[in-house]
Amino acid sequence: MCRADEHPEPREAGAGASTDAAFTALLEDSAEELYESAPCGYLSTLMDGTIAKINATLLDWLGLERETVVGRKRFADLLTVGGRLYHETHFAPLLQMQGEISGIALEMKTCGSDRLPVLVSSAVKHSSDGEPLLIRTTVFDASDRRAYEQELLHRKQDADEARRQAEEAREQAEADRSRLQEALAVLQQSLLPASLPAVPGVETAVYYHTASPDRLGGDFYDLFPLDGKRWAFFLGDVCGKGPQAAAVTSLTRYTLRTAALHDPDPVAALTTLNSVLHDRYTGGDPRYCTAIFGVLEPDPANDCVTVRLASGGHPPALVARSDGTAALLPTPGGFLVGALAHAHFASTTTELHPGDTLLLYTDGLTEARTGPDRTSLYGDDALLAFVTDHAGAPPEEMIQALAGLLRGLGDGVDDDTALLALGSPAHTSAHSPATSHLR
Amino acid sequence: MMLAGGRMNPMDVRRRNNVVVTGRADGPVVVLAHGFGCDQNMWRLVVPALADHYRVVLFDYVGSGRSDLSAWSEERYAALTGYAQDVVDLLEELDLRRVAFVGHSVSAMIGLLAARAVPERIGSLVMVAPSPCYIDDDTYRGGFSAEDIDELLASLESNYLGWSAEMAPVIMGNPERPELGEELTNSFCATDPDIARVFARTTFLSDSRDDLKTVTVPTLVLECAHDAIAPREVGAFVHAEIAGSTLVTLPATGHCPQLSAPQATSAAILLFLEHTQ
Repeated sequence: MCRADEHPEPREAGAGASTDAAFTALLEDSAEELYESAPCGYLSTLMDGTIAKINATLLDWLGLERETVVGRKRFADLLTVGGRLYHETHFAPLLQMQGEISGIALEMKTCGSDRLPVLVSSAVKHSSDGEPLLIRTTVFDASDRRAYEQELLHRKQDADEARRQAEEAREQAEADRSRLQEALAVLQQSLLPASLPAVPGVETAVYYHTASPDRLGGDFYDLFPLDGKRWAFFLGDVCGKGPQAAAVTSLTRYTLRTAALHDPDPVAALTTLNSVLHDRYTGGDPRYCTAIFGVLEPDPANDCVTVRLASGGHPPALVARSDGTAALLPTPGGFLVGALAHAHFASTTTELHPGDTLLLYTDGLTEARTGPDRTSLYGDDALLAFVTDHAGAPPEEMIQALAGLLRGLGDGVDDDTALLALGSPAHTSAHSPATSHLR
Repeated sequence: MMLAGGRMNPMDVRRRNNVVVTGRADGPVVVLAHGFGCDQNMWRLVVPALADHYRVVLFDYVGSGRSDLSAWSEERYAALTGYAQDVVDLLEELDLRRVAFVGHSVSAMIGLLAARAVPERIGSLVMVAPSPCYIDDDTYRGGFSAEDIDELLASLESNYLGWSAEMAPVIMGNPERPELGEELTNSFCATDPDIARVFARTTFLSDSRDDLKTVTVPTLVLECAHDAIAPREVGAFVHAEIAGSTLVTLPATGHCPQLSAPQATSAAILLFLEHTQ
């Protein structure tokens, strides 16, 4: 509602003459002219909507003649059909209940078949005794504003749709990812033995750390009987990751198992594996692995276990002794398995006495980051020191301690890690000095 | 769809449908049902005339007024049977029998469906500005084309911003009409745009012409002399299809005679009720 300013600015001396002229011109703008030519549409209707008065501005906008409108049309007749439905179901009830309504977006029909978007406000005039007499309505041209609102509305609808699609895509991706992870987990499990067989006079323990549920790792291990007196074991790391590496892992595992049954000599088994990998992956996609293959021969009579093993390019095994020492079991000069047509593999032999534990591991542990980048890695020396600290502990305890170490390294362990510990059981209390090293 | 009832706690129905019971406690029951657009406040001007002799039950359909919006689902309320189920729930849980059901606009057809589902509970129908079908076809003039209905949906869309931001203070502050009371908030006529769109579609795309012949209870057809939504030929059609119905034409303009001509509307309803009780 317009209101005269109650506190006009004081006029400055000298500006008086021209301002007076402007005021005079304003006073000549009669109320009638102001009504007819106002920059908005005016109309007054009877309570039933019959148009009693309409200004020239609105007639001009709609392209109508006064005599075809006044007394002949109702306000709702000026609206589009959809607007009329809206008027009947919302506008009119609200106006009748409240006596006024403002800022309602409607469309009016113009003389062509065009539409004029408008904003409509109405108020009921009552007589002195409260009877409703007529409805006064103002109509503002809202073409520009409506275009802008339409744009906003469309953008909002587009955004809603985009959000919906993004949400759908995200859910789909989530589902795909979990399906893939499930498949990878099943596949990964198929590359590793479900459990290790019991070996008389030998304690065993394993641990496998999966760096990422989204990627198949290339580490592998196994332990299986050869002939009732001897057991073969192996642990290794296929170069690379993902499905191709998994295929190599699978081939490696079954080749070593088959080769061992044919000739359990560790060097012979690795040589067979070397030939198979080299022949299978010739050309532009060479595949190779590092591995330690060994044979256990428990000797209950002498209370010891003989271990003969060979290595192809793999980090040396560690032996922790019951006396609290630990040492590398080097096999120098072993080649990567599968890299060359004719590879050399070195072998070595050791005996595990009660309380001794042999540890095989992959470089996921020794190459775990201990700092922000790959310049500081856990390292061979640290592992040797750690194992020395735990020397005397049976395989299960050793593996538990190493698993704790891996957890402590957290995100630093960015590769899969396999651990296999084989030990000769200590006589009761034999390793008690070593247990005190456990943390 | 089969309408069913008897599964809801009465307090749940009262809350869900914002049920208001007023008038003479031991009087015959009149249920007043609003149509598309607003809520039970549509009846404010006729309730006083009915309240002297009748027990008046008012409610909001789920999705309208102050109903429990969390009870709304598009699946249920995309068909008139969903709204009729609201009526059945209400009648069963309040254990109302032989009520006079006064339905405005689309509620006239909703009342018809409810009366067929629970005939022992609805003794008579008053259809205020009814239309069994809003869209024209070869032999029938409902007054609208399918495109017109799309235009209404566009009107709803272009106004929903206004409803939330601008209408609320206007509707809430009403110093000139204190009789409307403070409880008349922006819920009157203001509806969640998604819900309004479904109700509009359900209302204006429904075709209940074949159902009219199934009405067996005394029926009053109240039409307005000038109604842009339900023109007189539609009132005549409804009257002709419902055997034994009474047609009264109110000297009213618009689609809401209970607001524009409340005295004439309540007088016609009272006269009919006296003859059917």
